[in-house]
Parts: sequence; structure tokens; C-alpha cells
Amino acid sequence: MKIGLFIPCYIDAFYPNAGIATLELLEKLGQDVEYPMDQTCCGQPMANSGCNSDAAAAEALFVRNFAKYDAIVMPSGSCTHHVRDNFDAIPQTEDVKHVRKNTYELVEFLHDILKVDAFPWAEFPHKVGLHNSCGTLRALRTASMSELGEPFFSKPMDLLSKVKGITFATPKRPDECCGFGGTFSVTEEAISARMGLDKVRDHHNAGAEYIVSADTSCMMHQQGCAERNGVPIRFIHIAEILNGARA
Amino acid sequence: MKVKPVNHAKAAEEFLEDAPHLTFHDERLWDMRQKRDQQMHLLPEWQDLRTRASEIKEHTLANLPEYLEQFEANAKKNGIHVHWAADGAEHNRIVGEILEKHGAKSLIKSKSMVTEECDMRAYLEPRGVTVTETDLGERIQQLDDQLPSHIVVPAVHKLVPDVAKIFAKNYHTDPNDNDPQSLAEAQRMAARPVILTADAGMTGGNFLVAETGTFVVCTNEGNADLSSTVPNLHIATLGIERLVPRMADLGVFVRLLSRSALGSPITQYTTHFRGPQKGGEMHIILVDNGRSTRLGMEEFWTSLKCIRCGACMNTCPVYRRSGGLSYGAVYSGPIGAIIDPTFNERKYSTLPFASTMNGSCTNVCPVKINIHEQLYKWRRVLAEHHELPFVKREIMHMAGKLMGQPKLYRTAINGTEVALSTMPRFVLYNWLNPWGKHRELPHPVKQTFHSWYKQNRLKKDKAQ
Ligand code: SF4
Repeated sequence: MKIGLFIPCYIDAFYPNAGIATLELLEKLGQDVEYPMDQTCCGQPMANSGCNSDAAAAEALFVRNFAKYDAIVMPSGSCTHHVRDNFDAIPQTEDVKHVRKNTYELVEFLHDILKVDAFPWAEFPHKVGLHNSCGTLRALRTASMSELGEPFFSKPMDLLSKVKGITFATPKRPDECCGFGGTFSVTEEAISARMGLDKVRDHHNAGAEYIVSADTSCMMHQQGCAERNGVPIRFIHIAEILNGARA
Repeated sequence: MKVKPVNHAKAAEEFLEDAPHLTFHDERLWDMRQKRDQQMHLLPEWQDLRTRASEIKEHTLANLPEYLEQFEANAKKNGIHVHWAADGAEHNRIVGEILEKHGAKSLIKSKSMVTEECDMRAYLEPRGVTVTETDLGERIQQLDDQLPSHIVVPAVHKLVPDVAKIFAKNYHTDPNDNDPQSLAEAQRMAARPVILTADAGMTGGNFLVAETGTFVVCTNEGNADLSSTVPNLHIATLGIERLVPRMADLGVFVRLLSRSALGSPITQYTTHFRGPQKGGEMHIILVDNGRSTRLGMEEFWTSLKCIRCGACMNTCPVYRRSGGLSYGAVYSGPIGAIIDPTFNERKYSTLPFASTMNGSCTNVCPVKINIHEQLYKWRRVLAEHHELPFVKREIMHMAGKLMGQPKLYRTAINGTEVALSTMPRFVLYNWLNPWGKHRELPHPVKQTFHSWYKQNRLKKDKAQ
């Protein structure tokens, strides 16, 4: 299986370590991974703003970059959600269909496709609060949702549980949205920042040293809120922990 | 002059500045959501009920004209006068005529969102009719000259001292008496004489039953029962989408309604109205006011399934932190954001953007309206209809172009300095300034992933 790695723009520019960890982790697991150099964006920001036609160029480029891979893996739930569920600014050719069908968010790829049962190199002796982005939670369904009363399951938690020394904090509102919301974070900045602050406080009060998430965009926002308000909590991408980061 | 879009962001910012109100509002509604969850856990058949409710509503909406005619025929048999109102103006005119015919000058009313939609009080009062809301929350809102901020708990954004001040002004009570009990008593003392001497009573309603020609009102305070039975003239106003085909269908909805709304198994009162009381008159006004147009909207018609439980508001993290009034519309919160634009596309063009589309609303909705997907679809429609602010449109347009050109994109991302020269300044300012107002910007890094990869993988590959 040849894997194409997609690294969303904000990870590329601000959180390269999350991208590096994703790549190294897949390589450690024996995967054949390639990062097409001409990639930019999946089209989500434009489409989510209603400007679907403005997403066409990004979507077309995405398909040109990734159609040749058996699987496309990305450390981002919301981008996966866009490609899988909303990627329709361009004609739905066979290539487009192939790309949409074979795009995976990292956690679901590890959990459902590779079915990884051990990360022998990983150890994280810290108490962490897990943040599931709304994209991974309610669109990709990588964990049970509190509103539906379904039996508990959590793919990211399953993976993290295989890491030595890790413990989990239990926030009061585990699946309330953190307020990032893409352009919402700017057009509704006050409320977005307030939601982020409430979120990091909830984790901090539950005793979390770190917030860990499969979505860097949420963490970029939460980190900004934590730092501005002096909430002492750190942030780490799930790929970094699974790849063996100790702190 | 074109109407201005509601500035939800600004209203939200103001709401956020008042910590006591914000905390109370957020926690009160979150508590309702928690109670709703507890009720859900008690009913193993919860998801089946939701599916059933959704199916019944979709079936009814797909056959709306037939069921409405059936309802009308049966209601007439029961001795109810049935009126049809195409819009708010017609509704108000009908109410006015009925009252005039009876020489009615004093109207008591139990909460009805449809009359808010039609702005009925503003029509009746200049014509010499005194309208008195009898439900506590709605009355508070009336005295304060505000719209209900929530469809189930209309004054939920107010604290007890706020109510004490309003009552002091209107009922001459002690403005510092913050005891909820005595405030409720004050309202009761003020309302009772009005109720007992009223010429006419008005209610909304939760369900119309086609096969029986009856309608059902679910309340907790019992004022609807007073409004409808103390005066001899009862006018009920309901939207045409309130319909269910059979009596048996009600079981599904009554089980879902209050559990979703307040987390209580059932409302205190579930009153079935079959016809006028002895010597009295009963009128029912079936209001369209944009509903049949909405029914024809392929992507949005299922919003008509709504049973107005408010669960989507209670769970909405944006609503809880901005308050219903920030939506500047009769209907607020997630359901408001998807139906308000059908009333006035420009005015409410901002509301589908006042959401993170997190999807919690869709999950709690007892009739399974795909609210967050409709928010997404509305954004497209509004962009296509040029209802997006200029700056946002331009930013997205430029970003879209940039994202299609890897070389240009690389240049832009490799440093803000370059970005500053390639992207118009207003793009960056419109982006970075709001981000940084209440939040730190992400930290600069030494190397992008892209350049790391080039250095650590591509070069290696070549060396091998
Ligand atoms: S949209 Fe659904 S959750 Fe919201 S008020 Fe209507 S029925 Fe209730």
C-alpha cells in the first residue's frame, strides 16, 4: 500500500512537529509513505465559508497530488471530513471519487486500517486530557458522542491506552466544541476565544498537564486562549505521543 | 434602503462582558442538556423514538395539503372555526376581526412563538386591545419589551435581580426583593384579576391532530388552560407544520418533547382541545407565513419537522455564550439560524455563520433535523446570493486562488514578510487582528514541515 501524506497548511506552517511525528510513526509501522511537495490545502476553509466555487482550485490540485496513492492519510479530522463528505466544488471524476473514498484521518487509519496493537517505543508519563475535535467526533465518528447515549468507545483513547505511563483526566464537558470552527475563530472571535478558554480551563481543572488531540487546528486555538489567560497547560498532537515523545 | 444584517458577533461580545449573566446562562442551559441526557439514558428506545418522530413528520409534511384539509373538516365538525393565514399581516387581521366582533378589548395570552413571528401585539395594541402575557417568562419579556430569548424558557438570560427591577417598575414591588417565590407571587397577584376579567384568551399549540380535528397544548404553568377556559372566546394560533396524522402519533412526540426540552418526563399540563366550551367560541388560525415556501426548498424543508423543544439551543455552545437576543430574531440558536434566513435572507445572512457547525444540535434534535448540515448549506446559498460581507468574500476568493498555485503558496507561507508583500494588507489584518484580540498567535517555527521533508527525506532519497 502506497500512502500519500497530506499535511494541512497550519501544521506545515506552525506545528511541523505534528507532521514529522505523523510521518515517522507511519514509517516505524513499516508503511511506504510519500509527501507530495506541491500540496497546499484541501479546500475546506473556502467551502466552509460558503464560497464553494473558490475551493475548486485547491480541490483540483489535491486530486492531482493524491490520486496515485492507495491511501491518503492526514493528521487532521476536519480536513478528512471535508475531503470525504463535502469535496464537491469540482466534477466528481473517478480520480476524485478514489481520493474521497481513500482518505483517512491518522487515528482512524491506525485503528481501523492498520489495526495497530502496540507502540513499544511510546511512553508518556503524564496526565492528559483528550480533546476530540467535532470533525473527528461527530463527522468521522472516532469516538462515542454524549448526545446519543451510545456505548462508550474512543479510537484515540484505544491507541493512547497502549502508551506506557499515560493517565487520563476527565473534563466535565468532554465533547463540547472548543470554539475554533475555522473562519468562525475570526468572524466570531470573542465567542470563539471564550469557548476556547472554557475548554482549556475544564481540562486544567480536571488535572490535565497536557491537552492531546488529533486536530492541531483546535489546539492552535486552545493554546492561544490558554497563553493569553495564563492557564498552565501544554499541548501535544496524538501522533507525537504515539511516535514516542516523552514530553 | 436595504436592511442591515444582524451583527451577532458584536452582540455576543457584549453578552460575554457580563460574567454573572454569562455564567448563569451557560450553566443553566447546560444543566437542561444534562437532564435531557439523563432522560435519554432512562429510555432504551430513545433513538427509535427519534427515528419514528422524524418519519412521522416527514410523512406528514410530504402530504401536508391532504392532512390539513382533513384537520379542517374534522375541526369544523367539532365546532371550531378554522381560519387560514397566509402571512403575519393576515393572521393579525383575522385576530383583530374576531376580537372586534366580540367587542373584546382585553386579551390574555399564553406563549406562542407564531404570534411573535407575526408581531401581533404591535398590531393589536394601537387598536385598543390590551394584550397580557400570562406565562411568567413571557410576561417578564413583555414588560421589558424584549423578544423571548429562548423558545421554551423565554427569560432565561435574566437573573432574579433583573426580574425584581422589572417588577418594581411595573408592579411597584420592592426592587431589592430577590426572592423568586415572592416575585412569582407578585406576578400571580398582578395577573389573576386580568385573567378573570379578560374578554378573550389566546394560546399557541404544539400539535394539530388531523384525524380528530383537535389540538394539543403542552405547558408547565397551566396558564394556557386559564387563557383558554376563563374567557369564553378562545383563539389558538398554530403553524401549519404542527400537524400529525393520528392521535396515536402523539405518544411519540409527547414522550420526546419535554424530555428533550427540560429533561422532565412530561410537561405538567398536556391539554387536548376538542371544541368550544358551553356557550363559548373557539377559533383556530393556521398560519403559513413562509412555511409552504420553505417546504419547497429541497435542502431546508426538513427544518419544518421542528417541534420547538429548544434542545438544540441548550446544547449549542455558541448560543449558551451569546444569549438568544444576540440573534436579533424571533427564533434564535441553531434552529433559528436555519429558519430565520427564510424570513429575510439579508437580515439573517450572518446567522448560519454564528456557529462552529460542531453538530451537537443535530444529535440532540428529537426529530432528527440535520441542523449543522443545513447551516453548511445555507452558507453556500448565502454566498451564491451575494450575502457575504465583502471582505470575507474577497479573502476567500484570494485564498482559493492561492491554494491552487503551489509555488505562490510556498512563497506566501515561507515568511510573513513575503506574505505581506504578496497578499494585500487588509487580508492579513482582517485575519490576524481579530484572532489576537483575546488569544495569542501561534509561535513562529524555524522550519516548515515542507522544508523539513525536503531536507530530511528527499535529499536522503537522492543520496541513496
Ligand atoms: S430543531 Fe430540533 S432540537 Fe431544535 S427546537 Fe426544533 S425540534 Fe428541538
